[in-house]
Formats: sequence, structure tokens, C-alpha cells
Amino acid sequence: MGLMRKDLVIRPRPASPDAAFSLGRVDAMLRRYLYLLRSSWPRIFDLIYWPLVQMLTWGFLQTYLVHVSKSGAFSGGLGLAAGTLIGAMLLWDILFRGQLGFSVSFLEEMWARNIANLLMSPLRPPELIVALMAMSLVRLAVGFVPVTLLAIWFFGFNLWGLGVALGFFFANLILTSWSIGLVCSGLVLRYGLAAESLIWTIVFLMQPLACVFYPLAVLPRPLQLLASILPPTYVFEGLRALLTRHEFRLDLMGVAFALNVVFFGAAFAGFMLLLRSARRAGTLLQTGE
Amino acid sequence: MDDWASITDKAPSPEPAIEIVDLSKRFGSITAVDGISFAVKRGSVTGLLGGNGAGKTTTIGMIMGLILPSSGSVRVLGADMQRDRYRVLARMNFESPYVDMPHRLTVRQNLGVFARLYAVVDAETRIGRLAKALALEDLLDRPAGQLSAGQKTRVALAKALLNDPEVLLLDEPTASLDPDTADWVRTHLEDYRRTKGATILLASHNMSEVERLCDRVIVLKLGRIVGDGSPAELIERFGRTNLEDVFLDFARGRRGEMT
Repeated sequence: MGLMRKDLVIRPRPASPDAAFSLGRVDAMLRRYLYLLRSSWPRIFDLIYWPLVQMLTWGFLQTYLVHVSKSGAFSGGLGLAAGTLIGAMLLWDILFRGQLGFSVSFLEEMWARNIANLLMSPLRPPELIVALMAMSLVRLAVGFVPVTLLAIWFFGFNLWGLGVALGFFFANLILTSWSIGLVCSGLVLRYGLAAESLIWTIVFLMQPLACVFYPLAVLPRPLQLLASILPPTYVFEGLRALLTRHEFRLDLMGVAFALNVVFFGAAFAGFMLLLRSARRAGTLLQTGE
Repeated sequence: MDDWASITDKAPSPEPAIEIVDLSKRFGSITAVDGISFAVKRGSVTGLLGGNGAGKTTTIGMIMGLILPSSGSVRVLGADMQRDRYRVLARMNFESPYVDMPHRLTVRQNLGVFARLYAVVDAETRIGRLAKALALEDLLDRPAGQLSAGQKTRVALAKALLNDPEVLLLDEPTASLDPDTADWVRTHLEDYRRTKGATILLASHNMSEVERLCDRVIVLKLGRIVGDGSPAELIERFGRTNLEDVFLDFARGRRGEMT
């Protein structure tokens, strides 16, 4: 009898399992992803390797173009345009790496055939999503911060010198990256690992349209319309305004944020619909290709 | 059995632990489950028996709420699993060979994550007790990917028992285990049911397992219930000496649907 009383104490807390949103469950998932990251040094290396290669490539290109423009072969406009390249590349990496950080953490569940264990537990989809968002920040911090510091050392470009504007740029880009990550994860949930390649490639569809390295005006008119509904377009326009005219365009950040709210809401709804579709198709118990 | 505490003094509830009414699941033109109905009494062990493609895993998937039925309803501990499953998920758990745990995490880390998801109070103590009961103590700090099939099954069982589930769903719990480990797992399931008064629904191909563990057997064929009764009743009813012969009769079409 004594044992029975003791054992009955070790039961789920009465309140938490029923809670509509539990930070404890988010914490559980975050720990799981951190254990996973810590357990593999090649994965940590990979987080830094590509951003570093990208930064070096674009940094040297920028150095060359600025040198050419100063030599008088081209007008000073080229120098101004070239001066934004490394900044644009670093901001692009926030979008790209943020999305990968979200989606790859989700893929880990699929690779491990663990998703049914999670969806059968009291973990709710919004809690899983918040954990994936938090993990994308962690992965981004591991890869991105050292590279931005190296950019100062190599090329004298201080992204942190953008100050408050960097906060606005970052917030908008990370929100977009989570929206893309949500849709990709939903597609993998529904269609299995056959849809995995989307995670690695889909964000590049956005690169030409979001005007990462050139102004919106460069695009043909129909594509300008398409570009104008993408939140990152306003971020990269804002970056160029800041670097070339020393002007912070809060209005552009406002438009980007409003679009991001719409994108994120649609992506969340899409994820939930794809989850429901996966339950209907019976794919959650067999999560291979 | 010091590791499982008795709850046999709890008053039995008249409501079934699992209630399935006219449940069907179609995948395109394929009917995996075809209008089955049954109720599982609290504290009982029920076996779902059937060959490949009989509908066992689909039925268990619908009971868990991971698969949406085409029609019909599933209630577990009184909750509608299509609409209200979060109300009871903390009181259930499952084990399936189709599901695995992250290989790079240690056993302790894996169990710790699930203990947090299930809001298990004093998770370390609980994991320690389960590790002792399931002979996992020496494996706790090994990555899950380095375990043998039998060790993985024991870890999966530990995960399934972490939250002291009132309803335990097991899909082929001893598949791919050697006879010794399989017997060992069955013994622990018997202990758990006896001491906790838990309800267990078990899908299996293994007739001796079903005969040993189950109070009741539901035989599925092509998504329909073709037999229902205790192992002894089914054996006697069909004039056989063991459940395997009864199953072979159904599988080879030597028996019609049971009335």
C-alpha cells in the first residue's frame, strides 16, 4: 500500500498535459534538438562552413568591384552598388539559414522515424512549431555570428554597425524563413521524405524575385508586381537605402512586417491542413519516401 | 513486483476504455478497415489478430488519432479521438515497430525528452525505476542507435510506460525479438497490466503471444471482424487445439465470418 501511494505520485501533473500551450513541452523539444546538435560535430561545422564560403566569395567580389570603380573604368555608381553585396549576402543568409534551421530540425524527426511518437504525445503542433522556431535561432546564431565577425576582420564590413536597422531586417527575414520552413515541413509531413528536396531548394526561388543583390527597378514590370508581395524585397531595398543613402526606411519595414504576418498566418494554416491531410492519408505511421 | 504499484483498489469504471463504432478507413479504392465495432473493457488485454493487410495497424492508428477514419467513431477514455484527443493523450501511450527514437541521443536523453513531453513528475526517478525494471540501467548512457533490436524494444517499452498509461497500444511488440527477449517482454507486460490495471490493445502475428497475454481476441480479415472471443472460446468453438490453427483456418478461408 505504501508503495502504491508513492508510485501514484509519479504521474503526469494534472494541469500541464491538458494545457493548450505548455512551455515545458517546448523546452522538451528544444532540449531534444540541442542534444542532437551537440552530438555531431560535422553538423556544427556545416553550420559555419557554407556561410563562411559565401561570405568570402562575395566579399572578394565586392573588393574587386570597388577597386575597379575607383580605378575610373566605371562610374562611382558601381562602387556604391558593389558596397552592398556583402551586406546583402549576409542578410540573405539569415533568410536561407533560418529556413534551413527550422526545416532540418523537423527533418530530423522524419529521418529518425520519431514523428508518430511526438504526435501521439501531448505535444501540440503550435508547441512543435515554437520549438522549431527557437532552434532555427540557435542554429543561425552558431553559424551566422562568427561569420559576421569574420566579415569585419576580412573586409571591414560590420553588419552589427547597422544598429537598430539590423534588428528590423533580422526580424522580417526570420519571420519569412519560418513561413517557408512551415510550408516545407508540412509538405514533408504529408508527402514523406520524397518532398525533402524542397527544403534545400525552395528558398532559391525567392532569390531573384526578392531583389537581394539589385534594386526592384531592375526587374521587368510583371516581376516587380510579384516581387512587391514578398516581404524580403522590402528588407533588401531597405538595406540598399541604408548603405548607399544612409537612410533608414521604416515604411519599408512596416510593409514587410504586414506581409510577413499574412505569410506566417497562411503558412501556419497550410501546415495544419497538411497535417490533417497526412492523418487522412495515413502517412504519419509510415514516414519514409 | 516492487516496480509497479498496485491500483487494483480503484473502482472499475463501467465506461469502456476504447469504444469503436462502425469504423471504416478507405485509402482510395482500397478499404483497409470495413465497418468494425467493438468495445474494450477497462483493465483487459485485447489482441487484434490478422494477417498482413488485415487492418490491424490502421485500426491502431485510428485509435491513436494519427489516422482519420473515413467514417465511424473512436472514443478512448471517453474522448472522441478525431476532435478531442489532446484531452486523453497524456493517459495513453504506444509502441510500434514502425516508429523509432532518435539514434544519436542516448537512451537517457530520449526518455528524458518524452518524460518532459508527458509532464512526468520526478522524471529522473521514474526513468531510473523503469531502467531497473526493464534491465536498461547499463544502457542509459549509450546512443539509441547502438542498441540491438531487443534492447531497442525494451527502450521503446520504457518510453511507452513512462507516463503510467491507462491505455497502452502495442503494435507487434515482440516482432524481430529472439524467443528469450520476447518472453521477457511479455512477462513485463503481464506484470504491468496486473499491477496497474491498465488496458492493453495488442496487434500481433504471434499466436502464442496472443494466447498467453490476451483475455479476448478480435480476428481481422480484409478489414472486417471475422472472429471475437477469448482464446479458449475461439479454440473450442472451431474445434482446434490452439489459436494458430484457428488463425490459419481464417487466413486460408476455411472459416466464414463469425456470427
